[in-house]
Amino acid sequence: MTIKRSNWALPYFIFLLLFVVLPLLLVAVYAFQGSSGGFTFSNISRFFTDKDALGTFAVSLEVAIENTALCLLLGYPAAWILANSKFNRSRVTVVLFILPMWINALMRTLATAELFNTLGIGLGKGTLLFGMVYDYLPFMIYPIYNVLNKMDSSYAEAAEDLGATPWQVFWKVTVPVSKPGIVSGIMMVFMPTMSTFAISEFLTNNKIKLFGTIIQENINSSMWNYGAALALVMLLIIGITSVISGEDGRQKEEGVI
Amino acid sequence: MKKFIAQSYIYALIFILYAPIIFIAIFSFTESRVLGNWTGFSTALYGKLLSGSAEGGSSLMSAIQNTLVIALVASVISTVLGTIAAIGIFNLKGRKRQTMDFLNNIPMINPDIITGVSLFLLFVFLHISQGYISVTLAHITFCTPYVVLSVLPKLSQMNPNIYEAALDLGATPGQALRKVMIPQLRPGMISGFILAFTMSLDDFAVTFFTRGTIGLDTLSTYIYTDARKGGLTPELRPLMTIIFLIILIALVVINVRQSKMAQKQNR
Repeated sequence: MTIKRSNWALPYFIFLLLFVVLPLLLVAVYAFQGSSGGFTFSNISRFFTDKDALGTFAVSLEVAIENTALCLLLGYPAAWILANSKFNRSRVTVVLFILPMWINALMRTLATAELFNTLGIGLGKGTLLFGMVYDYLPFMIYPIYNVLNKMDSSYAEAAEDLGATPWQVFWKVTVPVSKPGIVSGIMMVFMPTMSTFAISEFLTNNKIKLFGTIIQENINSSMWNYGAALALVMLLIIGITSVISGEDGRQKEEGVI
Repeated sequence: MKKFIAQSYIYALIFILYAPIIFIAIFSFTESRVLGNWTGFSTALYGKLLSGSAEGGSSLMSAIQNTLVIALVASVISTVLGTIAAIGIFNLKGRKRQTMDFLNNIPMINPDIITGVSLFLLFVFLHISQGYISVTLAHITFCTPYVVLSVLPKLSQMNPNIYEAALDLGATPGQALRKVMIPQLRPGMISGFILAFTMSLDDFAVTFFTRGTIGLDTLSTYIYTDARKGGLTPELRPLMTIIFLIILIALVVINVRQSKMAQKQNR
């Protein structure tokens, strides 16, 4: 008798409990713990009265929304063109878009900042957005490209045969079909943008801080409880966004390369 | 005309995406300390980097070494763990399957900083001293889900009867696994491995939180500290250029091969 193969998931299950579930529970535990132990809401309530943290939170939200919108606006046409055999037959062009992801993100960011300096462009909000789009655009293009590439072209042809204009075909057929790609693209851009640290400082010469930076500052200055509370706020937002997008984001079982 | 506009758009985007990388590559051929200040053509930085006498000296070299060792160890372990897990998950049904899919998704949805902070708290809580081991464990945590997702589709493409046939013909489960199952899963395992390796190489945030205070540096944390001190070590420029070229050539070769193979099959 062979061992039941479903048991093979067990080691990984234990691993996930220990290195994923327990750490996240610890974030919650630390977030509700006073500096001398004991249960308290003070860390959470501190966030809602901390003007600095709230301000940073608002700025991060704004930057994340703008970055996601820009990536979608620039990335969707690119993904559509890449997936369209009339315009692009070469896989290499697609690879060229994902290739920058393999170059160290910090190094790319620093180079972007230096490039702006050399061109005489002052570092600030504009350069931050440019750098963010630069960092995250591939993450938007790739999932959308994947969905569009697998789309059965007969859908569009059928719509055309039935008298739809190219514009109608695009909005009524292509966009709805690519919705899962759009959703996973948004997920891959929005949350990471909010939570980046280091990148925003380098791109704005420390003028603009994003939410990730305050979490990092608190953890690094040993304010673990407050840092954990901020991380918990972030986790809640992730939870909410993934529940909202959950139904569409389901079909993820595709190889990523 | 439409085609021209479409292609111009694509190439314009590619140009913008690559501008900073090209910028680094150009300035890797001059000796100036400051990026963006051209002081004449020179390959001195390449010489210094390759002979190991970079300005950062041994710390840059050990950062490179740490990055590679951690990426290799983490991706090998992730590939083994993830493949075994994928076989198990594939054979699960109903609620159990849903639970595993859900848990496997968490590390992928979590932003780096959450993974980093939560693991930092775990290591503090369990009194595990932070250094190589904690960083490697952390990398395995965020790499394995990608291996699982790369192997799962191969399992569903596989004909289960072949494995059963091997057993019927007298193969031990071990033999059937090695000779029948693994060869069919190999493409998924390889792409999972590559993905895990590159994710580990590129990681900054998770390493930053889990490396402890023993002065362990990977390339990312080295660059971070370096940039905060003001001014990058000039030898990083040739290093990035070399890494970029290796990846570019590897990816182009792989893809040209794949499309040639696809063309052959179509004939």
